[in-house]
Amino acid sequence: MDPRYSESDQRFRRQLRSWLEEAVRTYPDPPGEEDWALRREYDTGWQRKLYEAGYAGISWPAEFGGRGAPLSEQLVYYEEIARARAPYIGVNFVGMLHGGPTLIVEGTSEQKRAHLDRILCGEEVWCQGFSEPGAGSDLASLQTRALRDGDDYIIRGHKTWTSFAQVADFCELLVRTDADAPKHRGITWLIVPMDAAGIEIRPLRTLVGSGEFSEVFFDDVRVPISNRVGAENEGWRVANVTLRFERGTSFASEMVELRQLVGELVDASRRVTRGGARAWDDSGLRREVGRLQAELDGLWAMLKLSVSQASQSGVPGLGGSALKLIYSELYQRIAELGLRVLGRAGLAREDVAGLPAERFVFGSMQSLSLTIAAGTSQIQRNIIAERILGLPKEG
Amino acid sequence: MDFQPSPEQLGLQEGIRNFCTGNLDLAALRGLEDKGGFDPGLWRGLADLGVFQLRLEDGAGGLALGAADAALVFEELGRALCPGPLAWTELARRLVEGASQGARVVGGIDLAAANATPIVIEHPDSLDSLLVLLPDGVRILEAEEIESQAIGRSIDPLTPVAYVASLPPGREVGGRDEAQRLRLEGMGLVSAQLLGIAEATLTIALDYAKEREQFGRPIGSFQALKHMLSDMFARQELARASVYAAGALLDWPEAGDVERTVRGAKLLAGDAAMKNARACIQIHGGMGYTWEVSDHYYLKRCQVWNSTFGDVEDQSLEIAEALVAGPGENRGI
Repeated sequence: MDPRYSESDQRFRRQLRSWLEEAVRTYPDPPGEEDWALRREYDTGWQRKLYEAGYAGISWPAEFGGRGAPLSEQLVYYEEIARARAPYIGVNFVGMLHGGPTLIVEGTSEQKRAHLDRILCGEEVWCQGFSEPGAGSDLASLQTRALRDGDDYIIRGHKTWTSFAQVADFCELLVRTDADAPKHRGITWLIVPMDAAGIEIRPLRTLVGSGEFSEVFFDDVRVPISNRVGAENEGWRVANVTLRFERGTSFASEMVELRQLVGELVDASRRVTRGGARAWDDSGLRREVGRLQAELDGLWAMLKLSVSQASQSGVPGLGGSALKLIYSELYQRIAELGLRVLGRAGLAREDVAGLPAERFVFGSMQSLSLTIAAGTSQIQRNIIAERILGLPKEG
Repeated sequence: MDFQPSPEQLGLQEGIRNFCTGNLDLAALRGLEDKGGFDPGLWRGLADLGVFQLRLEDGAGGLALGAADAALVFEELGRALCPGPLAWTELARRLVEGASQGARVVGGIDLAAANATPIVIEHPDSLDSLLVLLPDGVRILEAEEIESQAIGRSIDPLTPVAYVASLPPGREVGGRDEAQRLRLEGMGLVSAQLLGIAEATLTIALDYAKEREQFGRPIGSFQALKHMLSDMFARQELARASVYAAGALLDWPEAGDVERTVRGAKLLAGDAAMKNARACIQIHGGMGYTWEVSDHYYLKRCQVWNSTFGDVEDQSLEIAEALVAGPGENRGI
């Protein structure tokens, strides 16, 4: 039950911290939110910088260009990039945090050689083609078809909520390869180049006002069968590996950023006046903040426990569903409390009277996605109930 | 870093669990109602097992274990609803002779907690001594010195209580630092007991939900109950990680903010225990509302342990205030 980082973890922390100080200071300011070509350049430029300095893919195996370090260094890395307020992982999210890790576990050596190093150095951007208009929480009912034609699959269908589709090079795509099998047994996991003929992308606007995700249409898109990850009709198992990464470890850096958000909430509530007193003078507010902080600390301890377990198995456990459930709801509560503290300053989408309005307005709106994406909170509860607690299926 | 309990720690925990399973089933708990919640034989058994000398040094006949080990042991004692002033007697291991061998029963109270008054002490008739934590010191009172007013009935049938209008000064055995050290250690132990309640009540509710049938199928197949049980699990896991973190930081204070982590564990374990105990009763339906099943004992014990060393409300306020007072980075564990 040793929570301490080792001497070599701490050495890594010191090196990374001093590198980040200079690297973050000299990296340009981010481009406009909706300029996707520039955002790709910005996010992948930062990824390349990390790669060149030896800080990309901390726990990825060294043979694929990673650092090959223990998962504890990965946690140190998250703590330090949040502390340095380094650029967000952005368009590299899918490749770095679940597509790449899935290839490491399930890909052929050819697939690993073709993609892993390029993802790490920022040359390759990935997106996710899992959800469909008719297959959300019931993901396994997906209808996008892939038919064998010689050495190719021909794909036809419609995916949605595909983040960064407009700038991605590859898509981790779930398709149906056997329409007659039970729904979980006819799915295949494919790597699809986004420049293939027959792909059409239609951006959607989120309630935040941003356009990061899209609908993607596949009209007889041809990909070689060598792009298949895992066996044909084994895609549900592979997808669950992807989802374990997505739910288990992919939001660790946001957890650290949440600590900063609590700090900003405390600062703001000491400056906002309510009924002639500081908002912070209200013991009810302080109690809420104290509880949120305790939950956030507990969540980080849970992550440490889960990382200690994953160090043996290589894949995050099912407990990731509990982490994701707690994290996503906690984020919403922190952002909402911030908005309540800001009062009428929170009507603005830019800072008012020196108060960080946009941080909390954006945070409270954007965090609404967290209890929906990567499996809704209700689906996480079903997973906990059926796969961890062993309760019988409904009906 | 390997934050998982080691195989040795799991072995220690299993030993305690086996003892509790053998000695504290529902019939045994019921039997203790007539004995004022205290059984000298059980107390001796726990002492023989080493529960009160876990942290005593080797030279003093102890097991020289850490706070994390003690947390694992107290998690089991909580799961079994083992009654008696266990945490206080463990804390008194070096302060009251005979405590670590189980020869003296030591209770206690933390008068620095915001909820300290009125002064209500637990197990008044079983105590030999009372350990009193003040904001700036530690005192030991002998049972004969304390003038308490008996209270006929207590919320927990296994934790009798008495009201004390005013405590005599007693004998000073430590200053401010010692008081704070004992307070945090004690919070760690009681948090672990509360975690045990959160776990036990989930287990009971889960077994029942799998077995009980209505509308022709197990009630655990209904989503309304599944989601209650999943929330119980999530609270249990958050509490477990926090309690282990508290134990680990008491052993390795350099690895984080000890006080914040320990108070956070007390808060989250108390919250998980209380909410899980209530959910357990709800899932049990009409049976849950009876004295026949064990559910009510858990909820009632929650009241006792939650109020010890400051309750959920007190901890949240302390944590928030330290966020402003403390220098440096916002870091828990």
